[in-house]
Amino acid sequence: MKPPRFEYARPESLEEAVALLAEGEDAKVLAGGQSLVPALNMRLLRPSLLVDLGRVRGLDRIEARNSSVAVGARVTQRAFAESPLVPPLAAEALPHVGHYVTRNRGTVGGSIAHADAAAELSLCLVVLGGSVVTNRRTIPAEEFFVGHFTTALEPGELVVETLWPRLDGWRFAFEEFAQRRGDYGLSLVAVALRLEDGVVAESRLGLASVTDRPTLVADAEAVESLELWGNLHASPDYLRNLTRILVARAVARAAA
Amino acid sequence: MTHLELTVNGRRYREEVEPRLLLSDFLRHTLGLTGTHVGCEHGVCGACTVHVDGLATRSCLTLAVQVDGAEVETVEGLTRDGALTALQQAFHEHGALQCGFCTPGMLMAAADLLARGRPTREEIVDMLSGQICRCTGYEPIVRAIEQAAAS
Repeated sequence: MKPPRFEYARPESLEEAVALLAEGEDAKVLAGGQSLVPALNMRLLRPSLLVDLGRVRGLDRIEARNSSVAVGARVTQRAFAESPLVPPLAAEALPHVGHYVTRNRGTVGGSIAHADAAAELSLCLVVLGGSVVTNRRTIPAEEFFVGHFTTALEPGELVVETLWPRLDGWRFAFEEFAQRRGDYGLSLVAVALRLEDGVVAESRLGLASVTDRPTLVADAEAVESLELWGNLHASPDYLRNLTRILVARAVARAAA
Repeated sequence: MTHLELTVNGRRYREEVEPRLLLSDFLRHTLGLTGTHVGCEHGVCGACTVHVDGLATRSCLTLAVQVDGAEVETVEGLTRDGALTALQQAFHEHGALQCGFCTPGMLMAAADLLARGRPTREEIVDMLSGQICRCTGYEPIVRAIEQAAAS
């Protein structure tokens, strides 16, 4: 339960960080470390080099930009939750991210880049139609998540910030069921609705943890035909029923 | 080896450490501050919780080199004059510990919560979901934190 040996670098600029990443093929990026360090402790990972973003300038800002909120990669989950700019959907989801104490160091960019299929922030970013800005390009969130722990990031590519559309005038709800508070959720549902005269004019509905990545579905009916992941704790049938219930709750709450 | 300079409980330290050394092991083995306990070593149990620059932090999920330049506070630093803090006194009065293994982490996490303002019972219980007590003494722990919040 101790990390294996690795080389350690603490660059002060983004350029330096990218150059270091290009050096080692199995180099890993360290931000808050709340997912990476457990994986090192359990020796699930043995990177030759850790590139610590702790001192890279300019990655800890949250700012309004056009109709979105731009969140620097190293903004902690706590700072995001406490920011007056936090999108309402993310504000609902953030108390479910890890535990109270891990949110003090766990980062928004780290959670996105880690791409756990049960990650709350990844689901919210997809449902809001957000995007991931890297040192090279801007990737729509829907294309960024490729599978469990797998993203569209290429070697030498680094998450710099995420863009969260405000969707002014929309209503939101987030629902999650976990066996114990702070555990990975068995099923996660997020919804964004725009009402006109009390009728849904536009909607975005997304699921996570039951599929290998945050997944947008057309409507509640689509849950019936979706291929779901079973796991040690719950069969696909159980998860489908659970997800039906969470979708109904989320939609009813957002529309109320 | 990487150079590390930091403050722990108000005292300055300069050490050379391996990058892979966890903050929990640095505190316990290098500095001899064994008040910080190590349970699961993957961030689930909360026994190793300390403060880094005022924020509760899992020391087993933090490399010592990451806290270079930081101010770290451990359970030994909660009080400098031998008297108990209001939170420690409340734990004492409510019998909020049995074996005591989880207590240092409980105190450090609760101190962070109390520093944010007066928490509701629900917020206390939610925070405690990340601090595991296997003597299952949660009820007295919740009451102790409630009392400290009210004082």
